[in-house]
Amino acid sequence: MTWRRLAGPFALLACCATVAACGTTDDSSSGDKATGGEATPAATEAKKSNTGEQSEFFVQADYDKQLAQRSVTPEGDASKPWTQMIEPEMVSTEKFKSKKSSGWNVCFSNAASDNPWRQNGLITMKAEAENTKEIAKFTVVDAEAKDDKQISDIEAMTSGGKCDAIIIAPNTTATLTPAVEAACKSDIPVLVFDRGVTTDCPVTFIHPIGGYAFGADAAEFLRDNVKEGGKILALRILPGVDVLETRWSGAKGIFDEAGLNVVGVEFTDGDAAKTKSIVSDYIQREGSLDGVWMDAGATAVAAIEAFEDAGQDVPPITGEDQNDFLTKWKDSKLTAIAPTYSNFQWRTAVIAAVKVLKGEEVPKEWVLPQPKITQDNLDQYVKPNMPPLYYALCGCEDLPGFPQKWGGK
Amino acid sequence: MSTENVAAPGFGSDTGDRGRRFLRSLMSTGTIFVLLLILWVWITILNPTFAEPGPFLAYLKRSAPLVILAAGAYFVLVSGNFDLSVGSLVTVIVVVAARLIDGDPSNTWPVIILLLLIGVVVGFVNGFISTVLRVPSFITTLGMLLILNGAVFLWTGGAPRGALADNFRSIGRQGINGIPWIEQLPWSVILLFVIGGASVLLMRSDFGRQLIATGDNERAARLSGVRVDRVRIMAFVLSGTLAAVAGILLAGFGGVSAQVGQGLEFDAITACVLGGVVLGGGRGSVVAAMAGALTLEALFTWLNLQGISGALEDTVQGVIIIAAVSFASYRLRGAR
Repeated sequence: MTWRRLAGPFALLACCATVAACGTTDDSSSGDKATGGEATPAATEAKKSNTGEQSEFFVQADYDKQLAQRSVTPEGDASKPWTQMIEPEMVSTEKFKSKKSSGWNVCFSNAASDNPWRQNGLITMKAEAENTKEIAKFTVVDAEAKDDKQISDIEAMTSGGKCDAIIIAPNTTATLTPAVEAACKSDIPVLVFDRGVTTDCPVTFIHPIGGYAFGADAAEFLRDNVKEGGKILALRILPGVDVLETRWSGAKGIFDEAGLNVVGVEFTDGDAAKTKSIVSDYIQREGSLDGVWMDAGATAVAAIEAFEDAGQDVPPITGEDQNDFLTKWKDSKLTAIAPTYSNFQWRTAVIAAVKVLKGEEVPKEWVLPQPKITQDNLDQYVKPNMPPLYYALCGCEDLPGFPQKWGGK
Repeated sequence: MSTENVAAPGFGSDTGDRGRRFLRSLMSTGTIFVLLLILWVWITILNPTFAEPGPFLAYLKRSAPLVILAAGAYFVLVSGNFDLSVGSLVTVIVVVAARLIDGDPSNTWPVIILLLLIGVVVGFVNGFISTVLRVPSFITTLGMLLILNGAVFLWTGGAPRGALADNFRSIGRQGINGIPWIEQLPWSVILLFVIGGASVLLMRSDFGRQLIATGDNERAARLSGVRVDRVRIMAFVLSGTLAAVAGILLAGFGGVSAQVGQGLEFDAITACVLGGVVLGGGRGSVVAAMAGALTLEALFTWLNLQGISGALEDTVQGVIIIAAVSFASYRLRGAR
């Protein structure tokens, strides 16, 4: 049978074609990135921009706005950053004022609790709800990162008639927008926080300044601390997620403007072993690195260890407010910065729900401050008794049950 | 090449021409070594430092956990079963280690013994259910994967607690220092060769021949006096134990993370398939399976050097599995 004889070579051919296709895509679309391959590192300098194409998620107006908001002094009590607001436009919530003065059931549709940032936030949120005497019940439904599940979760909450307020942390922006709009049509107040939706029907949308500011804070630190022409490696978790794309866009803006030499932009999948391998590869290939930029801090310690294991000094590095990174920073006396994505926003969501049910004013868009941890204030955030993936900016230290509920001792 | 490659055709007829047998075995499993060599050369062209002793040992060190997992997966695959639970078992090992050691170096050795025991127990349960209770191993180990994933999540709330002691981490991170020319010989690489050598010896022993016979033709093996169930349970126990070893190395290399084991079971099976191990059992060599793991890691390095990462990596892995299996089945048909 002829076709059977052909099958083997055909399989081989298909295999080669795939490999070849990978090669070609690479050459045509991202030639500027591929220089790390065959050319010597020095050749990279000839390129105008070595940070790749601008992301399709990029919005110039948002970028400018976020970068400006970083220097605005937020209104409110500075010792409780979770109650602060930046440039608030207050709206009345009189029509949502609950007939009951207490005994409320606040419902929360959570996108997922699949990373330490979300887990830490959820613990804080539950503790805040428990600590609020007006809230009799706090119902959490986890959508397990599935859009369809979250849509039906929200439907069940609005039609069930048991919720006095609904808090939503949307899984994805576009798909969840109609579900949030449908929820707004009920009499129940709807509050959105964390990731956004493209409708302004919710009573309030709570979020920190944003991804551009996060990325830019880190990139500016490298711009100021890496010697001219120094080699910078950028590590990202995944492509195509808006909250992460904006972080990279924010950094890219700063890198391009300052003409820094970004020798590589790599995806780590948030995996510590992979991060370490990538950084080790770059140390070998480039001889040394002069700066590391990261879009999230969960794998920052792995990146630092790659330098330690190679017997090199750790260059300026950016991370996040995870306790393991901050501890390492302090113990090894690194040059580092930790921009944050204000973990305390989880607490703010409950506070806002209470305000709405009491009929008090809330900002239409509740922009929270987004502090960064620098060498100057590092000591106050390092918590030796907390677990490695505890977020220093959880805003939870005055809640009952701290620190045991958060895994501390 | 080792003789177990052709154990199935050579079963009982060892009067055949040794030279021809050697050539045939090279033909049936040699492809992977050629592929591995091509990839190494190609990577060296892209990045000449790769061939230097330091970076090459770093590559071996990074590959060690997957190679060890591939050896474990080989035992199960060649006996005609699947083990899908090794990835989540690795996660369990890492998370449990962090919680129990809690930064105290004196806890390291007792905890390592406990971790290996966990591997043995999980492997035994998998094997017992798959053989004695006759649940297909695909289902058993898929269930085990979900059970272990869920258990880790419940126990940790998703964020691992505790910390690993430095002496625990040094197994996957450090090595013997001060060796001339190569500077440092990582513990993982030593472990890699010890386990590799032991696996080859094991496959040449009676147990190895019984394992292959069981995978090739269970009925015939049973009738010729092989205790099929016992042999298969043993394969699962080996797989579980090696997964525990891989977990200890990964914890040392990368530190605590609740995502560490994700997808490793498929990487291990891909490595075996690349090495010419036939799904369904009875054919393949353990050396080739481990070479398959090295090839897979080399491929990841190559993709990284080409600037390809993330989702495309999975796509390439998928294409390879399908292509390798089609190629193998073509070859098998061709032999008839």
